[in-house]
Amino acid sequence: MSEPTVTDKEFNIDTVEHASTTPDTDLPWAALGLKSDEYDRIVKILGRRPTAAELAMYSVMWSEHCSYKSSKVHLRQFGEKVTEEMKKDLMVGIGENAGVTNLGDGWAVTFKIESHNHPSFVEPYQGAATGVGGIVRDIISMGARPVAVMDPLRLGDIDHPDTKRVLPGVVSGIGGYGNSLGLPNIGGEVVFDSVYQDNPLVNALAVGVMRHEDIRLANASGVGNRVVLFGARTGGDGIGGASVLASESFDDSKPSKRPAVQVGDPFAEKVLIECCLELFHAELVEGIQDLGAAGISCATSELASNGEGGMHVELTNVLLRDPTLTPGEILMSESQERMMAVVTPANAAEFERVMAKWEVEYSWLGEVTDTGRLIIEWDGETIVDVDPRTVAHDGPVYERPYHRPEWQDALQADTFRSSAAGANLPETAQELGGAVVDLMTSPNMADVSWITDQFDRFVGGNTALSQPDDSGVIRVDEETGLGVGLSTDANARYAYLDPYAGAQLALAESYRNVATSGAVPMAVSDCLNFGSPEDPEVMWQFAEAVRGLADGCQELGVPVTGGNVSLYNQTAGRAIHPTPVVGVLGKFDDVGRRTPSGFERWADGQAIYLLGTTADELDGSEFARGRDHLGGLPPKVDLGAEKMLGEILINASRDGMIDAAHDLSEGGLAAGLAEMALRFGVGARVAVDGICERDGVDPFTALFSESQARALVALPRSEELRFTDMTSARGFPALRIGVVDASSGDLEVAGPYAGGSFTLGLDELREAWSAVIPSRFASLGEATEAVRQEK
Amino acid sequence: MSTETPLIGDFHASPAANPLGGARIGVVTFPGTLDDRDAARAIRLGGGTAVPLWHADESLQNVDAIVLPGGFSYGDYLRAGAIARFAPMMNKIIAAATASSGTRLPVLGICNGFQMLTESHLLPGSMVKNDHLKFLCRDQVLRVENTSTPWTSQFTDDELIAVPLKNQDGQYLADPATLEALEAEGRVVFRYVGENPNGSRNGIAGVTNETHNVVGLMPHPEHAVEAGYGPDDATGMRSGTDGLTIFTSVIASLAGGAQ
Repeated sequence: MSEPTVTDKEFNIDTVEHASTTPDTDLPWAALGLKSDEYDRIVKILGRRPTAAELAMYSVMWSEHCSYKSSKVHLRQFGEKVTEEMKKDLMVGIGENAGVTNLGDGWAVTFKIESHNHPSFVEPYQGAATGVGGIVRDIISMGARPVAVMDPLRLGDIDHPDTKRVLPGVVSGIGGYGNSLGLPNIGGEVVFDSVYQDNPLVNALAVGVMRHEDIRLANASGVGNRVVLFGARTGGDGIGGASVLASESFDDSKPSKRPAVQVGDPFAEKVLIECCLELFHAELVEGIQDLGAAGISCATSELASNGEGGMHVELTNVLLRDPTLTPGEILMSESQERMMAVVTPANAAEFERVMAKWEVEYSWLGEVTDTGRLIIEWDGETIVDVDPRTVAHDGPVYERPYHRPEWQDALQADTFRSSAAGANLPETAQELGGAVVDLMTSPNMADVSWITDQFDRFVGGNTALSQPDDSGVIRVDEETGLGVGLSTDANARYAYLDPYAGAQLALAESYRNVATSGAVPMAVSDCLNFGSPEDPEVMWQFAEAVRGLADGCQELGVPVTGGNVSLYNQTAGRAIHPTPVVGVLGKFDDVGRRTPSGFERWADGQAIYLLGTTADELDGSEFARGRDHLGGLPPKVDLGAEKMLGEILINASRDGMIDAAHDLSEGGLAAGLAEMALRFGVGARVAVDGICERDGVDPFTALFSESQARALVALPRSEELRFTDMTSARGFPALRIGVVDASSGDLEVAGPYAGGSFTLGLDELREAWSAVIPSRFASLGEATEAVRQEK
Repeated sequence: MSTETPLIGDFHASPAANPLGGARIGVVTFPGTLDDRDAARAIRLGGGTAVPLWHADESLQNVDAIVLPGGFSYGDYLRAGAIARFAPMMNKIIAAATASSGTRLPVLGICNGFQMLTESHLLPGSMVKNDHLKFLCRDQVLRVENTSTPWTSQFTDDELIAVPLKNQDGQYLADPATLEALEAEGRVVFRYVGENPNGSRNGIAGVTNETHNVVGLMPHPEHAVEAGYGPDDATGMRSGTDGLTIFTSVIASLAGGAQ
């Protein structure tokens, strides 16, 4: 069989010359997702109609996904609400593939969260897998070695049949890809809620580290330098994915979009990681860009406009998997595991040697020019002649109209206490104990190890903490123990009740989680998942959430270093709850100091303290969810208190005062205690009397309220005085509520209620808690049994 | 002198000389290998010197022993280990491990490395997908049933150890006659304790060859060598270092001229 050649192609090439002589040709701009005014603008920019290839480029690069056209005007706040103090450790800010933060000792860290929501609904395995692949390539293209991933997931109702299709597919996709890259999966979230039934959220975070001198940027500098595409071949997968999949909602009236989802090859990506690190180490590339959404269109236009301004490319040099692809399709293809780099002619031979060593295919596409034009030729004929800035940066910017929904007032007035769900609350010891069991065996509080056990958390040998601890912790420097802690959080129920506060609560929880494990919070990355920006009510939610997050970051003094916006998470007119997922990265001078989230066996008799105060804040809570209620106002945000709590937890960790710490969030004190006891199967005896007395709340509220800026800690008696001196010096409330009891195997909670106390056997609780997810998704035990029966 | 296993740059760059560690142990990297750094770290913490070897090279660089680390060589898109088995370096290892005269090279295959050893017939049996069909990562208790190999000489008979297990294709299969011979000759080196995690025949986690110099196991001792980063154990979270004994064993065996 002979290699297909260019002349085998059976399509007419729409050249620039042809376009100028055929101004009236009809082009499918609407089918490519462009609005008529956007198309008119392209014609105006070019002074003629675009060629088919140019139209392909503009349509993908001007899509919501690539251009942030609806969100841009709001996202500016992340750059504006920043003080000099917040910028001091920021080495690369928003706008590059990922932000870079100085970690000290010559180390830098880069991290980012992205969404792959729509593809993961269409094809869960490949959608989730390529989501991991894409974010990892963003990290590589900064010059970093990726060192860990995390995966915040939101799915439909746990008992809905489609969730059985989506969740197992997504989990094995994340595992199948991430495990094969040798990246430990150190945490994430799993939330089940029917609002995500037709719009599951699959977000992925990757973190990488580098030496300062290894930071690489996406720009094509140096006239005469050569442009090379390397990695996987370009195929027909993911064509139009960026413009079609990410910008439109799912709707029955449209044809199936299945072919638009990309297919991942994790082996190719693993080789690409090692090959790129070798290129960086040998200083063989001047600029580098990963190929993600919009593929070659994005890489060429961004590299050119960030560098000398011009680039000349011969598109027939692109190595193809499918020789029938048209130039436009080649420009739009989102085939995975590809990178584009700029290499000096002097380094070309050495570059080729590295490619040969790793058996990576490459093709030289063209060179950097200073013409200010991106010229793309097809077999010598010009098919693209544009100013790359107009493609990459000068896309449309919309001031979408927005307004507070009419129903928001009624929603906020419908408080838990005033509702039917707020009647007949548990009061006696027996009722309260039963309510704790019900809470811990609800889908969103249950053990997630059925999911996390499908991910490698050990590879690399640097994982100091992972799920289910408060944050994932990775050692960066083996000699000093320097490392990072990461957490991602969002409570979309809170954000639905009040998007401004909800975004701040997501930030607060993530910040608190990182501080609880002992890391000093340094930087934020966000993944803003919302409905359609064309709906003014959704747009209001978005605007409020961004404003809340930007204000919150400023108050806490941690800058947003990058992130992603995912809009159109809406099907048949029904939007998801606003879901601003916030990732916080913190620094450890020595990860050996990290604080685990549970009582350890040797810690018998240690004192348990509750930090912070408890108010009557049940609206939006997990307890309210258990009674199908969502209304009222989310818990009060107090970022000053969060900051102080963080300082206490970080100092206590650094000075070795505490041996366990866990933040209180969903499920309140009840969940916090149960999780700390379940972590290592070590019980405790506590009493809530002191909380009720000091804060003027009833025992039910003490256990289930979700008041913020709270955490539980366990510490040896010998450290109690030093610890309480520290909290009282700051005027931060700390209350001794019990002791660790390693011998009983029970969690005993006493309080001012009928019956005096309730006792939960940890073995029984664990059995029920850990059965919730496997019972829905074919447990290891069942599947194993079935196969073993056959043998 | 740096003794770390650097994240940046690579451990392939001239290994630091270790004045106390006479043993030089090769760690082979294939395309798709993941745990090579971890294996190198384990060798260093065990007191030896890790020598990075590249699959396409043909020189064993005078190493005293070999570790084939875990990962997904060539993506495991064919049978796990089936392509890696044909690497030039593997031919050298097979020859050195089965030498008819002189000392036979001690070889340890972990996870994907074990799969390469069965594919190259240095060890009997083969590995298929876990019976529950999922990737599984967990702390795993093993019983050490053969302490006569250079890799297990410092364990006590029937010692229980905890090391991480993490794989997709970890179900050990062999025909009944082979299984019977392995059992009869005491060549089952490691056996799963508690629930069989993947359906392996006879709960086999690791085996050795007739001359006991080649050992393969599915779980990962190189992830249980440093307190703070290993499996949980009785002394606390992630404190398990049972895997280190495998590396100190081979180093001691080499120093003592065993095998």
